[in-house]
Amino acid sequence: MTMSQPLTSTGTWNQEILCRNKQITLLQLLMGKKSHATPPAIFIYGHSSTGKTFVTKKLLKSTEAPHASINCVECYSQRLLYEEILGQLSGQVLCAENNYTRSSRCETMNEFVRLLKIVIEENEWEDQTVYIVLDNAERLRNMEGHILPVFLRLSELSKCNVCVILLTQIIWEKFSATSGYVEPLKIHFPDYSKNELLEIMTLDTPEGFSKAFYSSYVNLLLSVFHMACRDLSELRHLALINFPKYIQPIEKGEATQTDVHKLWRNIEPHLKKALQTLFLREVSSSQWEEYQENDSSSLPPLLSSTTQVELPFYSKYLLIAAYLASYNPAKSDRRFFAKNHGKIQQTKRMKKAEASSQLIGPKVFQLERLMAIFYSIVDVRVTPSAELFAQISSLVSLQMLSQIGSGDQLDTPKFRCCVSLEFIRSVSRTVNFDIMKYLYEFAA
Amino acid sequence: MLAMMVLHIFSLQNSSDATLVLFEMVRKKEFGLKEADEAVWEQLQKTLRERLCQNALPEVTGYSFANQKKHLTDLIQRCVTIGESNSALVIGPNGAGKTMLISSILAELNKDSKISGNLLQVHLHGLLQTDDRIAVQEITRQLKLENVVKDKVFGSMAEKLTFLLEALKSDDGKSQSILFVMEEFDLFAHHKNQTLLYNLFDISQSAQTPITVIGITCRLDVVELLEKRVKSRFSHRQIHLFHSLSFEQTCEICVNALSLPKTFANKKFCNEWNAHVKEFMDESVVQTTLKHKFELDRSIRSMYSLMLMPVCRLSSSHPYLDPKDILDAVKIFSCDSKSAMLQGVTILQLCLVIAMKHLTEVYEGSVVNFEMVFNEYQKFVQRKSHSIQSFGKSVCLKAFEELVALELILPVEGSSFSGSKSIPKEYRSLKLLVTPLQIIETLNSYSACPSELKTWASNPLPS
Repeated sequence: MTMSQPLTSTGTWNQEILCRNKQITLLQLLMGKKSHATPPAIFIYGHSSTGKTFVTKKLLKSTEAPHASINCVECYSQRLLYEEILGQLSGQVLCAENNYTRSSRCETMNEFVRLLKIVIEENEWEDQTVYIVLDNAERLRNMEGHILPVFLRLSELSKCNVCVILLTQIIWEKFSATSGYVEPLKIHFPDYSKNELLEIMTLDTPEGFSKAFYSSYVNLLLSVFHMACRDLSELRHLALINFPKYIQPIEKGEATQTDVHKLWRNIEPHLKKALQTLFLREVSSSQWEEYQENDSSSLPPLLSSTTQVELPFYSKYLLIAAYLASYNPAKSDRRFFAKNHGKIQQTKRMKKAEASSQLIGPKVFQLERLMAIFYSIVDVRVTPSAELFAQISSLVSLQMLSQIGSGDQLDTPKFRCCVSLEFIRSVSRTVNFDIMKYLYEFAA
Repeated sequence: MLAMMVLHIFSLQNSSDATLVLFEMVRKKEFGLKEADEAVWEQLQKTLRERLCQNALPEVTGYSFANQKKHLTDLIQRCVTIGESNSALVIGPNGAGKTMLISSILAELNKDSKISGNLLQVHLHGLLQTDDRIAVQEITRQLKLENVVKDKVFGSMAEKLTFLLEALKSDDGKSQSILFVMEEFDLFAHHKNQTLLYNLFDISQSAQTPITVIGITCRLDVVELLEKRVKSRFSHRQIHLFHSLSFEQTCEICVNALSLPKTFANKKFCNEWNAHVKEFMDESVVQTTLKHKFELDRSIRSMYSLMLMPVCRLSSSHPYLDPKDILDAVKIFSCDSKSAMLQGVTILQLCLVIAMKHLTEVYEGSVVNFEMVFNEYQKFVQRKSHSIQSFGKSVCLKAFEELVALELILPVEGSSFSGSKSIPKEYRSLKLLVTPLQIIETLNSYSACPSELKTWASNPLPS
């Protein structure tokens, strides 16, 4: 019984890849045998960590076809891109002997196609398919306009059997801005389902624990996190850092491996806490472990959102004034800051129209308005000095204020306040200033 | 009853020896395809794949473009034999067969030794020769004049080109004719000052060396791109190619592409295979699929891409073109990628997308930012706190940023007069690139989608 070649050669390696059988068979079919012609371009898209790069690399390795795999984030310019591809294909390794330089310089597409042909000829690959894998292919859109179309029809332009595989998270429709594109074959790598995630993550079982035990732990973990996170690598990270906590009762001798309920009760609050800092990675994993061991109820300082920044006294007031100027309508200044403001006229309609200033975001204000508010909220008498203005520019460089427009408007520079409400509240607390009383939206 | 049936069969067997023989023959014929060993299939796949994978251009000149072909052949022949310079543009939509036409003409002319010996060809491509310096380099290379030029310095492009052409002149002063084929011609018009085009057309106007310039482009307005001085030197000869093939003709081309050539080693296999291809193409499933594709895109290339899947599956264990495979191919290659991507986002992200959808409907025309989306999301979560997990602002922002990175949500350019860097990212204005219909469809097929989410997606929260 003769089995077809690609099937037999997969035997060993595709057991390493779980849950991607459909995609693997499809790719194998398209690639065929070494000597077969392939489609000029294959476009593989899917969310992060769905195995796009992994599957492609394994597949190419197993077929032993000549290939180059490039990450477009690394090779951000034409020259880097071309030289890396040619270098990988001709098997040239950068090392001290060749002084970390490529033998041939290649800066243009014309040159690249010519050199590619030469490389193929030298290695006698005329009757084989040469693969070029471009990871993070969405970056190609930001390079010169001709690069992407050339890669899509490279086999036609070079008259060699070349297959370009593009890997990306962005859908194809966002690539084709201009005409003259040759449509590549599009293959979608779907997300892993919950069961598939479970299957894959069980592979990480640490030594000394049974697969079933770890699998039940992962199951618990997924029940908490799956709603907000489907990223395999993020989930694996979470599983890894929370596992010591999970087995703590077992180590202390309070529970056994079969005591699922007890273990769950122990881990649940920790997972809930971790949920609130999902994706953020504000702390390193060692810090996280430390925090878990301490069992403190409050989050470590870095995790609290209002990070304290020590500012000079006047800077604090300037920032408060800027915040007020950004979030209060200019009309209301009279009401808050003038001594004789007269009657407060606030119709219902006005209130409603302005109600969402916290949602719309900070507005632009002029320097004069900022200074006027500043003088009226500072208790002590300040004279306008160069130092005061220097503090404004240092606030700008701290990115708490942002200057609008170019620096050529010397007379009336405009600013916008970029700090959050929580931040400004904690700042005003330090100077005993009740900012809520002055905010149009919150003042009664 | 049973006895009767047995009797019936017996009588049949005795009476119709002739049918049995016929039956055997049909079976034998099927065996012909099945019996073939791996090597034959291998060869078949190789031949067909080469045709379908666009390495070889499809041959369709037999069907149309007879006039255009004659016209172009004439131009080139006159250039070689009489020494008449000329320029022409071949214009037609993508996949109409422009490049194929030129290459088939050249292939034919090359057979004529009188012409091929007297004609030099230079092929330029707008995507490869991105500026005039590279283009001239490439011309030098293709004319094999690198040794002559070495590192001479030239004052201008005109000087260099004339030098090149002079170098080609033989001793008796008679010069060889040169054919310039310029693909993606419109891109050459974007080069600085259009120096190359100006010089080429200028040479074709003057009686120095007989050259023919043929530009290939898909832009109908390409002449408008030329500068005045370039335009006036161009002959204004335009040859238009359009998709002129009928559906039946296209099918015929597909049959030809799938059929094996008469020169195929195994005669019997070849005949059987070709018969099978015809059968396959006549299947109603195949016909409707092809028709559908044809109505969307009339190029041969798109047809071929559909054929690729069934061909790839061929092997000794699967010796037929399966109509099911063609359906599969359509399903795989033409699925709505945006919905497919939406399928993979988390429930939290779906919540944000739905919130954004409602906001876009409410504030039609005005901007939406993250702060608003989060506010809407919180309103929803507070209402359904028992069934939907609530997340903090920073986690939501991260999830939201992921959506932006996937380009399902796009920041609006120019909404603020200075670059959006000056606004905190929570307040940057954004727009949603997913249609309400896509959201509903996604939710319907989303696994384990909470029913609250579905209701929310179709009805906004009462304010």
